[in-house]
Amino acid sequence: MEIIRPEVTTPQEADLAEGKLINSFLETCTGQYPDPDKWLDEEIRRNVLLTTVDAAVAWARQRSIFPLIFGTACCAFEMIAASGPRFDLSRFGMDIIRFSPRQADVMLITGTITWKMATAARMIYDQMPEPKWVIAVGACAISGGTFRESYSVVPGVNHIMPVDVYVPGCPPRPEAMIHGINRLHAKIVKGTIDNPNLALK
Amino acid sequence: MTVAVNTEETGKKIAEAIPGSVVSSEAGSLTVDSKSLAQVSEFLKNTPGLEFDYLTVLTAVDYLHYFEVVYRLVSLKNNQSLILKTRAYGRENPTVPSVTDTWRAAYYQEREIFDLLGIKFEGHPNLKRLLLWEGFNGHPLRRDYL
Repeated sequence: MEIIRPEVTTPQEADLAEGKLINSFLETCTGQYPDPDKWLDEEIRRNVLLTTVDAAVAWARQRSIFPLIFGTACCAFEMIAASGPRFDLSRFGMDIIRFSPRQADVMLITGTITWKMATAARMIYDQMPEPKWVIAVGACAISGGTFRESYSVVPGVNHIMPVDVYVPGCPPRPEAMIHGINRLHAKIVKGTIDNPNLALK
Repeated sequence: MTVAVNTEETGKKIAEAIPGSVVSSEAGSLTVDSKSLAQVSEFLKNTPGLEFDYLTVLTAVDYLHYFEVVYRLVSLKNNQSLILKTRAYGRENPTVPSVTDTWRAAYYQEREIFDLLGIKFEGHPNLKRLLLWEGFNGHPLRRDYL
């Protein structure tokens, strides 16, 4: 749209110019400009898609799981490597590693859990807000590993809390951990608002 | 480089000061009677020329008919080291005097040995289990455990 800028020097000239402008408006402004939001109809048809609330919430959950690290043994170093630039957990929205259970969504159990540590692990798990998930990484967390028969080692962390994904290995490479995270994503996508822990089929 | 002291000479010094305390002083280690351990530890820490002011390791071994408690001492002043041993007999109630008054570093290691091997350290300020929980049955590093 053209911008009207009359060149004036004195007040009288300004009045004359204003009068001319009003007369030209009366002559030319007969039609109506179209409303500026008329184009929205077409944009809505192009950009808005309908889905269920469950699917939208599950998608948001899946893309922003804050991990709580619980590294008790050597598997923790694979987790550290996985969160580094080469394997880059930020791709999955997991770059904000939490040390407080109250801000975390997924607990990464990476290492041997002894019975004396089991009380602390259970307390931290209980403090995490719902919905929450647990990934058991490595042979020791899954089953006790080589220390299964020992007097002080928990034979599998699923004795003290429910585990969603098991990542085998001694220790598993970061690729395996990323595969486990992908399986957890597949599980979260199946969940609903009421029941975020629907079983993975 | 820390040099190991001659245990036979050190054993003679200790035997002169505290008669009847040294059991053997051969093969690079010095074995003393557990009854005189408190006196021996004070002597080793405070005698000029020895001055073992730093306890690096305190551990114990189960030889089935006796327990052997091993102290590895280092003198930071004279840059020398010594392996001191003492024995505790009996499987029900093996007892060794505590050296926490002499070397404060013994506090946690004596608790660990009490926890895993069941050796009681007389005079320890807070002798209770360190790595295992209260109510655990037995002492897992004993050779007859399991």
